[in-house]
Amino acid sequence: MGTESSALTEAVYYILLSLLEPLHGYGIMQNVEAMSAGRVHLAAGTLYGAINTMLERDWIRSLPGETDSRRKQYQITEKGKAILAAEIKRLEELIHNASRILGGKQG
Amino acid sequence: MRRTVHKVFPLWDFDKEERWLNEMASKGLALVSIGYCSYTFENSDPGEYTVRLELLENLPTHLESERYIRFIEDTGAEYIGAMFRWVYFRKKHSLGEFDLYSDYDCRIRHLNRVLWFIGGITPLMVVNTLQFLLNYYEGWPDIFHLGFGLFFAAFAVFAIYGFLRVSQMKRKLKREHMLYE
Repeated sequence: MGTESSALTEAVYYILLSLLEPLHGYGIMQNVEAMSAGRVHLAAGTLYGAINTMLERDWIRSLPGETDSRRKQYQITEKGKAILAAEIKRLEELIHNASRILGGKQG
Repeated sequence: MRRTVHKVFPLWDFDKEERWLNEMASKGLALVSIGYCSYTFENSDPGEYTVRLELLENLPTHLESERYIRFIEDTGAEYIGAMFRWVYFRKKHSLGEFDLYSDYDCRIRHLNRVLWFIGGITPLMVVNTLQFLLNYYEGWPDIFHLGFGLFFAAFAVFAIYGFLRVSQMKRKLKREHMLYE
């Protein structure tokens, strides 16, 4: 657990995916909800914890704030992109194995 | 118009407290401020607000708590106030769903904070009980020492019961977490 080769939480996965574009906290929440057609709702406290941990691990970075905006914006880092790519590969493997086995049974 | 309601919730019934506050909100009474066992409501449209509460790791005046509260506010919620380390928020329903914790890890961590909170006051209550009752038996057999001894004893039992209740909640979440994220 906690190593960088284990599965990401759904929240972290969607946050990384959202931060390919710079967004602030509320923007991430709205984006994730829109992406998942309303299925995934990020709780504010959960989002806060995830953002801080990902900042510490250098998966995302905070952008220098505009003077008139107190909302901090975040963006994915190269390391974050690598983590995301590895996760997508893992998810593809899950789906691939399921469809191979289920497809075989049906056929 | 504002209306203040006095009500006591035991420490471990924070879920029930939150449910009650949301029932009030659904009737058109939105929480505006809190005090010792008192809740002040203002009239709003029925169901206009969702109310959430939680125990923070630090006092609300702590820098880390201030950062957290500001972050929550930036997601469209209003900070209502605090009771010790317990903080209260509300958010307009029209601005979207409002939750503080959506996953098991965060909810388990929150229960751990509650356990430490209760665990911190329990030994104090036990020590006070022993002190007053020992004094009562060994030299001051008056109503004062007996009264305080029994008062702290009742409080200690209450706290231990709360600790067990929250531990049980945590065990249940952990079992769920074996299956779900």
